[in-house]
Amino acid sequence: MGGLECTVLIFWVSILSLSALVEIRDLNFAYDRRPVLEGINMNFPKGKLIAIMGLSGCGKTTLLRHIGGALRPTKGYVKVDGQVIHELDQDGLYRMRRKMGMLFQFGALFTDMTVFDNVAFQMREHTDLPEEIIHDLVLMKLHAVGLRSTYNLMPSELSGGMARRVALARTVALDPMLIMYDEPFAGLDPISLTVVGDLIRRLNDALGATSIVVTHDVQESLKIVDYVYFMANGVIVAEGTPEEIRASDRDFVHQFVHGEMDGPVPFHYPGGDYRQDLNL
Amino acid sequence: MPAAKTFKVIGHRTINAVWRIGMAARFFFLTLMYSGSSFRRFHLTVKELFSTGVMSLIIIIVAGLFVGMVLGLQGYETLKRYGSESALGSMVALSLVRELGPVVAALLFASRAGSAMTAEIGLMKATEQISAMEMMAVNPIARIVAPRFWAGVISMPLLAAMFSAVGVFGGYLVGVVQIGVDEGSFWSQMQAAVDFRDDILNGVMKSFVFGTAVTVIALFEGYDAPPTAEGVSGATTRTVVTSSLVILMLDFVLTAIMFRGN
Amino acid sequence: MERTTLDLWVGIFVVGGIAALVMLAMKVGNLGTYNVSETYQVNAYFSNIGGLKPKASIKSAGVLVGRVTEITLDTERYEAKVVMSLDKRYQFPKDTFANILTSGLLGEQYIGLMPGGDSEMLKNGEQIKKTQSAVVLEDLIGKFIYNKTEEPVK
Repeated sequence: MGGLECTVLIFWVSILSLSALVEIRDLNFAYDRRPVLEGINMNFPKGKLIAIMGLSGCGKTTLLRHIGGALRPTKGYVKVDGQVIHELDQDGLYRMRRKMGMLFQFGALFTDMTVFDNVAFQMREHTDLPEEIIHDLVLMKLHAVGLRSTYNLMPSELSGGMARRVALARTVALDPMLIMYDEPFAGLDPISLTVVGDLIRRLNDALGATSIVVTHDVQESLKIVDYVYFMANGVIVAEGTPEEIRASDRDFVHQFVHGEMDGPVPFHYPGGDYRQDLNL
Repeated sequence: MPAAKTFKVIGHRTINAVWRIGMAARFFFLTLMYSGSSFRRFHLTVKELFSTGVMSLIIIIVAGLFVGMVLGLQGYETLKRYGSESALGSMVALSLVRELGPVVAALLFASRAGSAMTAEIGLMKATEQISAMEMMAVNPIARIVAPRFWAGVISMPLLAAMFSAVGVFGGYLVGVVQIGVDEGSFWSQMQAAVDFRDDILNGVMKSFVFGTAVTVIALFEGYDAPPTAEGVSGATTRTVVTSSLVILMLDFVLTAIMFRGN
Repeated sequence: MERTTLDLWVGIFVVGGIAALVMLAMKVGNLGTYNVSETYQVNAYFSNIGGLKPKASIKSAGVLVGRVTEITLDTERYEAKVVMSLDKRYQFPKDTFANILTSGLLGEQYIGLMPGGDSEMLKNGEQIKKTQSAVVLEDLIGKFIYNKTEEPVK
């Protein structure tokens, strides 16, 4: 290998590390003095699909809300596209959020609008596009999730899986550079689960976006993601590629991935002696 | 110490109440501040005018008609004792225009449109629609709250006016058509007694104030509701109770200011 | 719901509300009969106005011809000065008699105008000379009782 090639390689490596779209450094957050996140460090490189996994209540959603700028960290920072989120003012934050998309746990479709108006919402709010172009764009987005002909239905007329896909179409309406998914698989039947998982992967690659999936659905997410962070009690306990995670022999990860009842996470809520509680 | 506990409870409640009033006031100012788009994109407000104003029409008209008819009957019975049945028109009209129109219309509006507003916004919050909107860089106060606020403020005086007009007609039906009070004196006594500025405009002012109060309470309760089923239902109940009380209290204050000395 | 249907309903609602307001103003209120530009002002002094209030009606032969606009106490004469605005359509002779009357036993007080025979008419700002004060119920009762006690015992 010549010197020139070596320099080029170093150059590309540094570009790669610089090109982390989201950078989280020493993030701490306490809610009413109760620590929720402690010393979180994460990197989300451009174009990757990354999962954050952990038990319910381990701070995954709180972490997402920090990236979206809905919460202020008590210590540390979240940097998106080179800007520290909590230092932005209202206008700056709103400008930043236009480049983000977020899929909420149960879709959070606007129940007083049709499917079409839901997907068109951001286009109408943030662009001056004429109605004909919006019409075509909306149908393209709906086609991408396979629900083009539902455009005039109300969200209440959709099944759970369909509503999730419409919400997905709405999330990517403005082609965001960062897409966040909060429990995208919660409450879906196995078919919808596979469909949504596949869509998340394909949309990420097609848009050249970076995606963060917060989930506790291990099997589905391990199939689609590039990298996994494991969280427990507000700290990162493990990280790695899906293969590394599957092969991991660490107790917690093993229990989680294989869904075992007892292990580092006990079946019983911690408490006093059973015998004592029964007055024996 | 039971006494200390009582004081603690009173103190806690007071601090809570004052805190909520402050939050509601802040919410009200934010709503006013972000009201621009309710007028620039007036179709947003028109949509809400439909669900607050048009949907309240039937209850307002029916209630107005019956209140007017009851006033006609009761007023006639009372006035007959003093031999002044001809004053029936002025009695019906004054009661409606000054008091019953604005107050009863506002009470009905609070339970029909106000509770619906609270429930709708509370559910939007519970199903994360408001968070979703924020994440889409759309200000929910400007997009959801302000159009509803202005729709309420615009429709309340119109509803109260319709209530009074229909009520006068109801009084006319019972008094003139059924009982047989002289039609000429019914209307002329009414016109002699009701002053445009002192009675009608003051009534409109009242309903404007009530409309503002009811919509602010309804929207605030919805926006502030805990995102659970109990939270939303509790907030809906609070909307109706609080706004009814506030309407009656404000009515006393406004009446004392407007009709003092005449 | 279609946007146009929505607009239609809201339009009907707003027009209906405004129509109700106009109806209240014209038919129920006095805006239809009351016109400021077509009145002229006259004043009169009364030694006692009883319960007369501003905006009380002024009637002649039972017809409403104007309203009381202002009541003040003239401290030179210690009498009540009542300013009335009368409808331009009705002209009254200079020696018209103004009388404070009560409608019914407990009703509102108003001013009754009894036209005299003068050929000259009252003009804006002029004064009605002949007046009669309100009958105060307490005085009447007092007089009645006083008369009774004055009666010699038989």
